[in-house]
Amino acid sequence: EALVVSTAHLEGSEKHPYSGQHLSTCFSLSIHMTSECLYPMYVHIHTYKGCTSDIISTVEFNHTGELLATGDKGGRVVIFQREQESKNQPHRRGEYNVYSTFQSHEPEFDYLKSLEIEEKINKIRWLPQQNAAYFLLSTNDKTVKLWKVSERDKRPEGYNLKDEDGRLRDPSMITMLRVPVLRPMDLMVEATPRRVFANAHTYHINSISVNSDYETYMSADDLRINLWNFEITNQSFNIVDIKPANMEELTEVITAAEFHPHHCNTFVYSSSKGTIRLCDMRASALCDRHSKFFEEPEDPSNRSFFSEIISSISDVKFSHSGRYIMTRDYLTVKVWDLNMENRPIETYQVHDYLRSKLCSLYENDCIFDKFECVWNGSDSVIMTGSYNNFFRMFDRNTKRDVTLEASRENSKPRAILKPRKVCVGGKRRKDEISVDSLDFSKKILHTAWHPSENIIAVAATNNLYIFQDKVN
Amino acid sequence: MFVRGLKRKCFDGEEDIEGTLAGFKAIPSYNLQRQSLLDMSLVKLQLCHMLVEPNLCRSVLIANTVRQIQEEMTQDGTWQMINTQSAGQTSLDRLVSTDILCRSSKEQAEGKLVPVYSTFTKDCEGTQSQDNSEIMSTVTSPQVPKNLQSNMWEMENPQENRGNFQKSLDQIFETLENKSPNTVEDLFSEVDNSYYDLDTVLTGMMSNTKMGHCDLETFPSQTSTNSKSNCKSDLNELDHIVEILVES
Repeated sequence: EALVVSTAHLEGSEKHPYSGQHLSTCFSLSIHMTSECLYPMYVHIHTYKGCTSDIISTVEFNHTGELLATGDKGGRVVIFQREQESKNQPHRRGEYNVYSTFQSHEPEFDYLKSLEIEEKINKIRWLPQQNAAYFLLSTNDKTVKLWKVSERDKRPEGYNLKDEDGRLRDPSMITMLRVPVLRPMDLMVEATPRRVFANAHTYHINSISVNSDYETYMSADDLRINLWNFEITNQSFNIVDIKPANMEELTEVITAAEFHPHHCNTFVYSSSKGTIRLCDMRASALCDRHSKFFEEPEDPSNRSFFSEIISSISDVKFSHSGRYIMTRDYLTVKVWDLNMENRPIETYQVHDYLRSKLCSLYENDCIFDKFECVWNGSDSVIMTGSYNNFFRMFDRNTKRDVTLEASRENSKPRAILKPRKVCVGGKRRKDEISVDSLDFSKKILHTAWHPSENIIAVAATNNLYIFQDKVN
Repeated sequence: MFVRGLKRKCFDGEEDIEGTLAGFKAIPSYNLQRQSLLDMSLVKLQLCHMLVEPNLCRSVLIANTVRQIQEEMTQDGTWQMINTQSAGQTSLDRLVSTDILCRSSKEQAEGKLVPVYSTFTKDCEGTQSQDNSEIMSTVTSPQVPKNLQSNMWEMENPQENRGNFQKSLDQIFETLENKSPNTVEDLFSEVDNSYYDLDTVLTGMMSNTKMGHCDLETFPSQTSTNSKSNCKSDLNELDHIVEILVES
């Protein structure tokens, strides 16, 4: 495969929004792969490196791909904005720069339970843009917040009751009235919390999903799913409740949920037993009865004590078309046709070499890692993360797959991002890495794909990598 | 559920032999590993409700794994040593719980099959049918050693015994749902730290073993002669305590 490397440039460093440490918005690596290559994707990398405490916990593009939001373990949200194309610097097209940062959630203490509520952002979901401002939902374990992100480039001057510093003026000293005027100022991006949806979840929220009506959204925890109206914060409708009357009988929890992209009455939720239920809200107020039930029969030859754990679904995503759903369990990604409930139409092995290591992975708790999965804009390629900072892409049409690595060590300027391979057998080739050498602390749980272009965002612990193909 | 003779993926390279009692003894490594998996799971569950806000999904998956192991243990040769009683699930509780609690790692390493399985009476026959939650409840609480001991010695009302086990599991799941402000503290306060003391574990095991031998004779008449066995077990208990004190 011919690999052409284009010019790289090292940008100046930028200060980290929170810690003041220097970000390296450096390296552009351009990998131009020809079509003979295993994977027809070019990647152009930007790396945003944070300080150690900012483990990224969610990544999400907005509906146009102009903005990219990350949430981290410290409750902060960082929004990146894509730079506009300019004729002067064509190679800078598509770079993402920090646009806004804010503290979304703070740690809380539940006095009733004597338990801490983590401020970690579990999910961010964007609302479609309806005016100049941007809106997103961010959630931690218990509380969902609606944030408005808007630009301000003018400010009012000439108040009557207060002076330029904001100090109140003595009314008796005012001798004449004036009309305040708007004067230009440096662009400021401000984020304000517009709604706080609290006290509706006993258990930990794992998913939020904006409905296609743009008026409602749902939040799902381990046992319940609630439906909210954006305008109403003191009330939510419970639409799914799988809590047994006797908690001793609990054997299954909700792991993820999502609304259908077009049908505002339809949603799916996945479970820890590897099943997916599709529900229609028109059927009844409480959607305890599913309309469809997706489950693959178990393969008896693969049965072990870990079968149930590895079948637990960590993520479920509708395709953009709404025809398919994709699920991620510990070892595979599966694509289901909504019209066929008894088995998936496609199954992709993410890291089957781990199947013989399940005991160790159970011991070190890695078996409980929740990997996410994403579709590309055309639903032709799916992507998910793995260990050792590897992430995998599967082309549904050609059935080809590739393993790539998000790692700064391999990302020198001009370096070629090449496909990686894990060696399972005895003989290890030069570029391969053996299963036992994999670093299980470096896991890629969160990735995002631009809605229409081949730009991907990969969160590797506290680093955000943005890869992009380069159209010739 | 589990087809014997198939290679288990988890335990690499372990061959499987058809399960007879002799066969069971001849493949200690599989059962050893299964036992260690069970013990590991129990430790994870206990750590679970000691954490600030346990991950419910993880807890449920681990608890389901524990149940799976126990179900398999009842189905294969593990319980065949006891041929004096029907396999009531409630008596299974006792078997399982004592097995878990009293088997020290030393015992496992030696591959010894501690005959604790034979120590249990079937005083609970005639009571309710299988309830999976009971199996779960017997093994998932740090308080079980205490409860178990009291159950063993007293052999009282089986309903109450089951209630103790259920209470343990209740507490685990109910800490998650915030029943009372004191739940977590209660849980912590009732943790018997000596549980983690090897001496205590060994002590309990020895006591159980000895008691078991005595009680075998009382199996058939257990249901109607609870009080009789109570006396017997009390006496045994005293004997054992004295023995232990003397030894140490």
